[in-house]
Amino acid sequence: MIIDSFILSLKNLKHRGIRSWLTLLGIFIGVTAVVSLISLGNGLQLAVSSQFGISSTELITVEAGGITGAGPPGSGAVNPLTTKELDAIEKISSVKRATRRNIAAGKLEYNDRVVFGYAASVPSGDDRKFIYEQLGKGAVEGRLLKDSDVGKVFLGYNFYVNKVGLDKEIISGKKVLINDKEFEVVGILEKQGSFIFDNVVYMNEKDMIDLFDLGDKVDIIAVQPVDKNEMDKTKADIERVLRRIRNVKEGEEDFVVSTPEASLASINGILAGVKAFIVIVAFISIFIGALGIVNTMTTSVLERKGEIGIMKSIGARNEHIFMQFFIEAGLLGLLGGLVGALLGTLLGVLGTQGINSFIGADLKPNIDFMLIFFSLIGSFLIGALAGIIPAMRASKQNPVDALRG
Amino acid sequence: MKEGENIIIELKNVYKHYHMGENLVRAVDGVSLKVMEGEFVAIMGPSGSGKSTCMNLVGSLDVPTKGRIFLDGDDISTLSESDLAQIRGKKIGFIFQSFNLIPNLTAKENIMIPMMFQGEDVYIRENKAEELLKLVELADRGNHYPNELSGGQRQRVAIARALANDPEVILADEPTGNLDTKTGHIVMEFLEKLNHEGRTIIMVTHDPDLAQAHADIVYWLKDGKIEKTTKKKNGWSKTGKEKLRELKEERRK
Repeated sequence: MIIDSFILSLKNLKHRGIRSWLTLLGIFIGVTAVVSLISLGNGLQLAVSSQFGISSTELITVEAGGITGAGPPGSGAVNPLTTKELDAIEKISSVKRATRRNIAAGKLEYNDRVVFGYAASVPSGDDRKFIYEQLGKGAVEGRLLKDSDVGKVFLGYNFYVNKVGLDKEIISGKKVLINDKEFEVVGILEKQGSFIFDNVVYMNEKDMIDLFDLGDKVDIIAVQPVDKNEMDKTKADIERVLRRIRNVKEGEEDFVVSTPEASLASINGILAGVKAFIVIVAFISIFIGALGIVNTMTTSVLERKGEIGIMKSIGARNEHIFMQFFIEAGLLGLLGGLVGALLGTLLGVLGTQGINSFIGADLKPNIDFMLIFFSLIGSFLIGALAGIIPAMRASKQNPVDALRG
Repeated sequence: MKEGENIIIELKNVYKHYHMGENLVRAVDGVSLKVMEGEFVAIMGPSGSGKSTCMNLVGSLDVPTKGRIFLDGDDISTLSESDLAQIRGKKIGFIFQSFNLIPNLTAKENIMIPMMFQGEDVYIRENKAEELLKLVELADRGNHYPNELSGGQRQRVAIARALANDPEVILADEPTGNLDTKTGHIVMEFLEKLNHEGRTIIMVTHDPDLAQAHADIVYWLKDGKIEKTTKKKNGWSKTGKEKLRELKEERRK
């Protein structure tokens, strides 16, 4: 009987108008949202993390507080960090290395075009090696800087593919004007996947200090702990030392020491919020979709009153009529779910590809067949559930009234 | 009535009253009648005579306000709606004025539906449907949808559907009402043929000529009451009776 009801319902669905299909939009959107969200999986997190410049898991960063919100880190600080703090941090026993980083806003002129952006300093000696390790990749073209280079820079990837607003890409060997001073480009850093690295001009520390007249001002101190499992202890040590040097009480710090875990945690918090929002939207859509099915099935019961009467006059029991409408509603839901699952998977795959090409990663979409299976079952059940009341109304039709139409 | 003949449908002093706004409508007002196996019965009456209500009662689609209706010996008021539907589907085949085929199903599927409700296997349904399509001379139209068929063809599909469960009674409500004279004749010939094969036919009509031309017994309905009953001179068709006997013996084998 159930198989027969399925076949009958399928035949009825085949003859449905566009109005019925529109009511599926809710379920379709809901399932699409959930499936694509899960198919994207970790891709989303990675994409966001990289946009925040968190590429390393073993660096603690120290910045001055009181940031105005404009400009690069540390630049708006009321009381900037200096080499004094740098030296003090370097002496802490749990700190293996503390590196001076400066970031400054400036203008770059090439081929008579001017763009504004940021320059970042590259330290010398061992620290240089360390920073290059953090950047992970080498030069995509030309080379990176050496200690002996003066008046030379290497550029972020976006200069190479001209995404920074110049009329022409820059390659090694070309001369550029930075804050009206000429520098030679020695190479291009490989793509990092975030404008934080890819839009930047890198120059040796000494050039940077001279050009921007930095003196002993330090924008960021990048700290490598002795033991990367003791991040929090190292962080506490740094905070204690800085409080003493800068003469501030605990709780009134005018500097920020952040560990990658903390940054990741805050990003994950944001992402969890986004995910929760999408899930809520999905559930609201599915609920609206279910209401749509209630609506379309109720209309359908009214429209097919005559048909119900015929069925009853030729021997249909109430269960037959109920099952037919119940399954029809379920199939409507299933169809919405099916389209949603397909589109969701597609979005997941495309989204992952997008993230891959954006941050240069090699992520695989997370296609979970169990999830798809259960979302299809779920859509059927939601549809069927929505169909219960209309189906009951249909089955309780009096054959004489139904035949009269 | 002769002894040993089975009563298929019996109405015992049946009333059907309903309210239409303020007015009480006495659609059927004390009707008693018996339909015997193998008879061709016509219920004749002008519109408003209560013949539609009467047909619903005879076809056990509706329950009376007062009085009792027996379908093959069972008092229909003692049956649940679903059980009644099941018995109705088995014992009565309906033919409606407006054909009442299900538009989303092909001719063949329409014929298969009543068997589905009786729980027949799908291959039995298919075979039977094809057989019936041949019987109504529509073997090549099985996969057509009702809107692709002419009125006469649709009514023949409806006749085939009515026969699907081998019912004892065919209940035809104005079977020629929506057809031109010629196709009407064809449909009536089918009904006659079915009667000759031993099936009980109950036809509801407003057309006295049609009723008298085909039926053995005509109940003339007026204002919810049977005004008179007329019989064909020679009673009901002998050949029908003989055929019925043969058919029954065949079934017994």
